[in-house]
Amino acid sequence: MYVYLPIAEMSVNVILILGMGWVVGFLSGVFGVGGGFLMTPLLIFIGIPPAVAVGTQANQIVAASVSGVIAHWRRKNVDLKMGMVLLAGGIFGSTVGVWLFSLLQNLGQIDLIISLLYVILLGTVGLLMLQESVRAILRRRRGVAQRGRLHEHNWLHGLPLKMRFRRSKLYISALLPFVLGVIVGILSAIMGVGGSFIMMPAMIYLLGMPTAMVVGTSLFQVIFVTANVTFLQAYQNQTVDLFLALLLVVGGVVGAQFGSRFGTYLRGEQLRALLALMVLLVCGKLLFDLVATPGDFYSLQYPVLR
Amino acid sequence: MTRTSAPSGFLALLFLALLVLPERARAQDLVADLSEHLVAITAGFTGTDVLLFGAIEGPGDVVVVVTGPAHDVIVRRKDKLLGIWLNAKSIRFSGAPSYYAVASSRPPGTFLSDAILGRLEVGANNLRLIPAEGQKATAEEIATFRAALIRRKQARGLYQDSIGDVNFIGRTLFRTRLYLPANVPTGAYIVTAYLIRDNDVVSAQTTPLLISKIGIGADAYEFAYDHSAAYGVIAVIIAVMAGWLASVIFRKS
Repeated sequence: MYVYLPIAEMSVNVILILGMGWVVGFLSGVFGVGGGFLMTPLLIFIGIPPAVAVGTQANQIVAASVSGVIAHWRRKNVDLKMGMVLLAGGIFGSTVGVWLFSLLQNLGQIDLIISLLYVILLGTVGLLMLQESVRAILRRRRGVAQRGRLHEHNWLHGLPLKMRFRRSKLYISALLPFVLGVIVGILSAIMGVGGSFIMMPAMIYLLGMPTAMVVGTSLFQVIFVTANVTFLQAYQNQTVDLFLALLLVVGGVVGAQFGSRFGTYLRGEQLRALLALMVLLVCGKLLFDLVATPGDFYSLQYPVLR
Repeated sequence: MTRTSAPSGFLALLFLALLVLPERARAQDLVADLSEHLVAITAGFTGTDVLLFGAIEGPGDVVVVVTGPAHDVIVRRKDKLLGIWLNAKSIRFSGAPSYYAVASSRPPGTFLSDAILGRLEVGANNLRLIPAEGQKATAEEIATFRAALIRRKQARGLYQDSIGDVNFIGRTLFRTRLYLPANVPTGAYIVTAYLIRDNDVVSAQTTPLLISKIGIGADAYEFAYDHSAAYGVIAVIIAVMAGWLASVIFRKS
């Protein structure tokens, strides 16, 4: 059963798209991440133009984050003040990102930048996560309980504009979450991801937020940042395909329900090791495509005449 | 008319030709028409065939050329830099047909001179693809990039790489099937049928073919381009509602 996607301007198999949404939704349910970093490359692999994949994926993440944040809101796991500061940076960053996206598209380098960013970020995050989770698994085997330092003091705490975040029990410079928001916002616009795979480690290790607050607060700001990306991509680049987004949402929410149930059967560090391997797999595939000799050295682009 | 038992379809065609071309006083040597003049791209569109049929008077060969609306194309070449393949040199071509197909009753090279092949743009290699103004490139580069443009278009099925058949039924009636793939560009197409006799165009007829998106997909596309801001807002609202709905549905189960 095929359906014609008006913005992507191609026919796709409905079952394939629903299936992809389900699988990525399942994995995001298991691992508790958005899955944008998997979905965008997958969409590009099946032939969706990269620009449309990125714009549409942002729209899909809005829906996924809304349904996710509601649960965390009920459990009071959202630090609204922190979310707002992150969001201010995120709105600024994603606006810059969409503008950068248009610029790179005109220069013919957007595909390269998307791939390179994915390779660098997925490679780094994947390796760090794998290292950490393997250590945790080994530690558990040996049965040695180890305690990390609770709080670390460094130059980051000397920055001005200090602000008190009650929910997170933090007194830090507002510049930190703002800059973090800007960086993740830019990546969100260019890569079509929510950015939680960068945001969450940064919140834990850089800002020192309590783990319980991290997911809810991250999701909260992701909603608004991806909503901004969706709006700007639709407004400036006309790259948001609503039909494709809806198919992905339907597949995704169902998959996520199964995924979160399945996730309870696995231990945390095993989950993280598996996720790390998956991240590295996607990274490897993208890296291979960058260095492998292309089948045809030439490609076509159709500039939009205005 | 030489044949005594002409099929009624042929008579209908002649009648149609008289209706369509009343300004031509002399008898047309070639008449042709399409099975449909409007191809609607609906939600379930996966490509379609359009039938071109017609009749000729006297001997000769028939060549049919189909071109889609012209557009600009940027051809980019990848070069290896620090182990990574990236887009380097690019040449912009203006006025390239977005779609191109050709059909002929015999291989066109056997009855047409190169000059005529070029003039009628028969065969993708004979297309007039000219770099846009202000492109810095050597003649050699333009030739390779031009060949690449044709090759990439062929790979997507947008320039049909093999020349199709024009089949004759008897001596006068002919027909050919034009295939329009799922990714066919929208717009006003021009279908031209030529009657060739002794390496010369004796008669030609041009028929319009409109390919347009129809239905909710077309509306969404137009809306996305004409009212981009509103489209963006609606996309966000729909996503928020879908997310909220999902959390309500799965909370109960």
